[in-house]
Amino acid sequence: VTRCISYRDAINEALTQEMEADPSVFVYGIDVADHKRVFGSTAGLVEKFGPERCFSTPLSEDAMTGFGLGAAINGLRPIHVHMRVDFMLLAVNQLANMVSNYRYMSCGQLKVPFVIRAIIGRGWGQAFQHSKTMHSCFAHVPGLKVVMPTTPQSAKGLLIWAIRDDNPVIILEHRWLYDVVDDVDEKATAMPLKANVLKRGDDVTIIATSWMNIEAVKAAEILERQGISAEIIDPQSIFPLDEETILESVEKTGHCIVADNDWLFCGFSAELAAIISEKCFGRLKSPVSRIGFAQTPCPTVRHLEQEFYPNAIDIIRAVEEKLVLAETDLSSEDFYSYENKFKGPF
Amino acid sequence: VISIEKKNKKISKEVQLSIEFYRKLYLIRASEEKIIKHYFEDEMKTPMHMSMGEEAIAVGICSALKDSDQVFGTYRSHAIYLTKTDQIEHFFAEMYGKGTSLQKGKAGSMHLCFPEHGFMGTSAIVGSVIPVAVGAAFANKTANNDKIAAVFFGDGAIDEGVFWESLNVACLMKLPILFICEDNGYAVHSPAAARHGYGRITDIVSRFNCTVMEETTTDTETIYDLANEAIRSVKTDQKPCFLYLNYYRYLEHVGVCEDFNAGYRSEGEFKEWKKKDPVLLQRQKLIRLGVTEDQIVKIEQNINKQIAESVENAQQATFADKETLYEEVL
Repeated sequence: VTRCISYRDAINEALTQEMEADPSVFVYGIDVADHKRVFGSTAGLVEKFGPERCFSTPLSEDAMTGFGLGAAINGLRPIHVHMRVDFMLLAVNQLANMVSNYRYMSCGQLKVPFVIRAIIGRGWGQAFQHSKTMHSCFAHVPGLKVVMPTTPQSAKGLLIWAIRDDNPVIILEHRWLYDVVDDVDEKATAMPLKANVLKRGDDVTIIATSWMNIEAVKAAEILERQGISAEIIDPQSIFPLDEETILESVEKTGHCIVADNDWLFCGFSAELAAIISEKCFGRLKSPVSRIGFAQTPCPTVRHLEQEFYPNAIDIIRAVEEKLVLAETDLSSEDFYSYENKFKGPF
Repeated sequence: VISIEKKNKKISKEVQLSIEFYRKLYLIRASEEKIIKHYFEDEMKTPMHMSMGEEAIAVGICSALKDSDQVFGTYRSHAIYLTKTDQIEHFFAEMYGKGTSLQKGKAGSMHLCFPEHGFMGTSAIVGSVIPVAVGAAFANKTANNDKIAAVFFGDGAIDEGVFWESLNVACLMKLPILFICEDNGYAVHSPAAARHGYGRITDIVSRFNCTVMEETTTDTETIYDLANEAIRSVKTDQKPCFLYLNYYRYLEHVGVCEDFNAGYRSEGEFKEWKKKDPVLLQRQKLIRLGVTEDQIVKIEQNINKQIAESVENAQQATFADKETLYEEVL
């Protein structure tokens, strides 16, 4: 049975159901139990499960990450929450030197069922310290799984998978996706770490991550009216990567655009371009194209930030160039603008 | 030990304990002497951070802990590994990187662990294992299982931010944990005076809501008694205990040689400490307690034999399959 709920409520439902089902699951992090409850995603947990299983912590991201590791190797299933991915960088030593290696070091004697949720910020002056994604960096380190849910159903299903996984899983949630509403299964069902085909199409494959899927869907709608059918693939899991779904699509269309919610240089988009070029070389009708952030820090002021982030228009233009089409007139199209949603302060 | 007990059935508990201390101290010392003997054959390809000089701390504290209690260490963990686990075969197999070791050569000297015996892991990044021990203590408190987590680190770890974050969290959450600071006066090659913007470590730590105990001794029994008191305080006062213990590192920071010619510390300093060497001290104590020289030699020979066999087994063992590289990543 499904009903329409938001991405934030889907996360909250997954946490609630898993905490009900398994007393070893607990949620902690800076302000997870305050009045705002991490944009509502941890609402009701402390009331339902008590302060032993849902608690706010000192501002000690580094130690609290090691803390999660120690709890995980000792039979608990911790979920550590960061209000921004950027804050999590204080804990990179624990992630890359400790969490990722512990199972390997002990030759499997110790398992690390540890979930780390972190939120990607954007807009209304988030700037260079509240807007990073970092999935490419995290996925670069062996021993970490990295997941980026886009839909409410995947926010719930992937989180449930992560909680039940005996390995460390980093979940990166885009702040703008929190208000997306869609059908979500009432039951607690784990969603495997596989790609999700958001739209079927034959002419071009668009692989998008996180928020860029929203832009890709918008672009595909407009292109559809021009007679172009784009296939949109959301990898969902950065590592492990579902190559099969991606390669199958590119083999069919022969054209691929990667729209990553990140910088391009040394990023996940480069990895995808390399894999696709290596494995689909003979079938490619054009080189893999990439769309991502400007190679600059993220600025505060709106008009510069607008330049920094790619959008649906960039995707449309990339498709037109690839398929050698005339530029579509977009002047009457309605594109997403956060001003329609947030009046600020954010 | 058994043969002595047979000969002297009325042997007191105190003597038994002293013999057990000596057995552990000697095992650590003789194991490391064996490493030195074979190191330059270049078959143990792992950076050695030797425990020589700190044996009394490892033995005193681990002897006060229950088997089920949990220990976390650093890259300098030969002493606590051997004391807590008594796994001589696995120890040498890992030094030689062989497939017969629990860790199959993936870890080496710097990353030892043996969870089944409560040795929960180590880190070669200074301070990084401290919060892991705090998390383990949280899990133990949650499970209400009466287990203590004991984390060993050097005075260099106090320079790291994560030590203070971890201490704060443990005190805030009133966790059952022993912080054991083994101060040898140097972080790698830098003395405390070149690193501290404050007076004494214990003065600062004692401002936190934890019990602070300190001692400068190479006597195992003194440390054992202190550890028992510390464990009692953790359980009855329900707050962490910070144990501050001084010792002298006999050998270089990394490697198996002396480094008194390097100029950062003096051999005179070493000689003063060597007079009260923990292994020697305990041997003298056994004699005073009436254990005969013959009995002690028998203990030593028995350990030497075990070590020799373990080294030989390790040398002859095969390496793990190449597929092992890919195992247990995720």
